[in-house]
Amino acid sequence: MTEGAHDMGGVRGYGKVVPEPNEPMFHAEWERRAFALTLAMAKPGEWNIDMSRAARENRPPEDYLAKSYYEIWLAGLEQLMAERGLVGRDELEAGRVLRPPPPFKDRLSPEDVAQVLYRGAPTGRAPNAPARFKAGDRVRARNIAPATHTRLPRYVRGHAGVVELVHGCHVFPDSNALGAGENPQWLYTVCFDGTELWGPGADPTLKVSVDAWDAYLEPA
Amino acid sequence: MAHEHDHDEEHSELSETQLRVRALETILTEKGYVDPAALDLLIETYETKVGPRNGARVVAKAWSDPAYRAWLLEDANAAIASVGYAGRQGEHMVVLENTPKRHNMVVCTLCSCYPWPVLGLPPVWYKSAPYRSRVVLEPRGVLRDFGVELPAETEIRVWDSTSEVRYLVLPLRPEGSAGLSEDALAELVTRNSMIGTGLAKRPGEPA
Repeated sequence: MTEGAHDMGGVRGYGKVVPEPNEPMFHAEWERRAFALTLAMAKPGEWNIDMSRAARENRPPEDYLAKSYYEIWLAGLEQLMAERGLVGRDELEAGRVLRPPPPFKDRLSPEDVAQVLYRGAPTGRAPNAPARFKAGDRVRARNIAPATHTRLPRYVRGHAGVVELVHGCHVFPDSNALGAGENPQWLYTVCFDGTELWGPGADPTLKVSVDAWDAYLEPA
Repeated sequence: MAHEHDHDEEHSELSETQLRVRALETILTEKGYVDPAALDLLIETYETKVGPRNGARVVAKAWSDPAYRAWLLEDANAAIASVGYAGRQGEHMVVLENTPKRHNMVVCTLCSCYPWPVLGLPPVWYKSAPYRSRVVLEPRGVLRDFGVELPAETEIRVWDSTSEVRYLVLPLRPEGSAGLSEDALAELVTRNSMIGTGLAKRPGEPA
């Protein structure tokens, strides 16, 4: 969602970055299992990455900020499963199966793991129209505030920048997250001066880019 | 995004979350949605096979071989795949070259996007509110949190990973590294230098 606490760029007050000694990859056995369950459930659940992200971020700020990273993953997974009737909230609370599963297509087999990870899920699609912009063009990030999932961060909305890279057509997360189709669009890296984003007090050597789909942009 | 470390297994009793996830795995296994052996393999892959040593190998090769470096900057997917790395969360790679005039830093302000095939899973700080909020606003302050100070005139270029494009920084080759083998060079490539929150080590410099 548009105004969620996940959209953190430029927000003050979170303090210093504190790297952790030894940086364990997982901090408890449940984090390992939550990570793997989330990856594996995408197959029988048939959701896409944008639906996963939307499920994780679509929660009240106090909830998002109180949860650790894998607690957010877990909450997102539980929501995706409940929405599809794969596992009911009552089953999650009871901690056991209360009804047989609805029909589902497939599950991830150990034999397929290496291949599935190596293949990934590319989001590039054949262009359906010429690109509206080219490298060097001045563009403005539209001042929009969608009520549903978007990948246009608040801190660039309304600001002007320059197209730096043209990536081809990619699946559009705003519609893909809603199950409303891939709606592939041209994707650009748009670079903004620090002073454009943060005003005259900004670091004069700073430039920040986001990757922006065509629908996020207008000529400037 | 709080209390990342409160759930340590060293606590004598199992946490509520531990019990909840254990029950969840049992439910999903009984319903037939997951095969626990596949879960084990997923975990093993990222704990033991995929990590920043992959990226270090790519960087060391680029430092050693000008043709490879040019290919990497032109078509990162193909150049990285040629050394065996590809796939999930690295489907669309772009490599960013640091120069004496320009220092690149990578973030995902909206979540935790990170180039898994070359760097593995992201560290906690990369996913944390302080890094995600601040690096686009005060990157030099973030660099100081990591003990890094760059010349005042160096351009700081921050890349917010808002799409499925994944960015890998090609750090500056350190002084005193002439003549080193690719393997020896790879030892100088820190994980943070490939995110932009650090620099490559000089030969003999401790980790």
